[in-house]
Amino acid sequence: MKTKIRKIVTFVEETRSEMEKPVDPPTRRAAAAAVIENPFAGNYVEDLTELMEIGEELGGLLTERAVAALGIPGASAESYGKAAAVGENGELEHAAAILHPKLGTPVRKTLGKGAALIPSSKKRGGPGVPLDIPLGHKDAAFVRSHFDGMEIRVNDAPRANEILVAIAVTDSGRPLPRVGGLTKAQIKGEDGLR
Amino acid sequence: MPEVQLRKRAIVVEEVFHEGGPVAATPLRRAAVLAVIHNPFAGKYVSEIAGFMEDLNPLGLEMAKALVAALGGDPKIVEGYGKGAIVGQAGELEHGALWHVPGGYAMREILGNAKAIVASTKKVGGPGTRLDVPITHINASYVRSHFDSMEVGIADAPKADEILLALVMTTGPRVHARVGGLKASEIKGQDGLR
Repeated sequence: MKTKIRKIVTFVEETRSEMEKPVDPPTRRAAAAAVIENPFAGNYVEDLTELMEIGEELGGLLTERAVAALGIPGASAESYGKAAAVGENGELEHAAAILHPKLGTPVRKTLGKGAALIPSSKKRGGPGVPLDIPLGHKDAAFVRSHFDGMEIRVNDAPRANEILVAIAVTDSGRPLPRVGGLTKAQIKGEDGLR
Repeated sequence: MPEVQLRKRAIVVEEVFHEGGPVAATPLRRAAVLAVIHNPFAGKYVSEIAGFMEDLNPLGLEMAKALVAALGGDPKIVEGYGKGAIVGQAGELEHGALWHVPGGYAMREILGNAKAIVASTKKVGGPGTRLDVPITHINASYVRSHFDSMEVGIADAPKADEILLALVMTTGPRVHARVGGLKASEIKGQDGLR
């Protein structure tokens, strides 16, 4: 593996009630995050190919970890998202190189499908910086019950020369969704939007 | 005593490969299970609260089992542990102390009579408050290589009338432990200290 990983952290959240009203079955989200060395920390480098390849490796690894943490087959995942935080000696473009060009294909391979755009966010920050990973339905971006987000953080990352890269996967939407819009039962699944 | 009402559960697993030094042959894993429960004593001073400890026993056992499962299912690989609580702002610190007995005994039972006192900490705080849960060796508190901690927290908990309960287990020493002191191989195992 090309990626130099210091640490991998997985998170699972299970919501069983909201405002004392049971959520049955519970909604579950998982995220897997890798703390990696930033090969371009401290330098302006024009060609970011190496980070794109790192993105490809992490797309597979982190999606597998997140799905395993939920204990479901990849095809049962309902929504997904991705995010990265670059340590202070890196630039935002490093996060973009990891997240956008090549990470998506192995994610979709692991999940079986995934016609929708993988929603993303990125930032620069110090150790412990929170990442709000946006979430959307994997086959139809407009499914309103699945617009969501998951906050994660790793207290000792990213260090100045590191990047924290995270992928979140759910087996459900928000708990008790009731603001209308496209439902998952109405997905046509042709264009990734509806 | 009141029934335990669970709103949310979260599991976090960290896998540490290195921290700037040689890559560990076996990565250190730290795992935390967090439960967000309703605080039945929120908003008022209640003098008799101790009975709630017994009500928490089944939850403690369920959490300890979930932690071992998150580490692969074999309790024998667990070498360190700790516990903690964050009490929402309508509660008092003493409510967090209710977790000492059920949290501690649950882990000892699952781990087969661990001898050392379970290190702990607690505080009052709002949603997103972080807690540094102290960790020590499960059979001898003085094992220096296993003094550790894990930062935990949940973005939307504890609400004012909730308590966030935490249990933590680790699978070994700090990844680059090298400051001497009592070693795990030197444990006598009689008093839980050495």
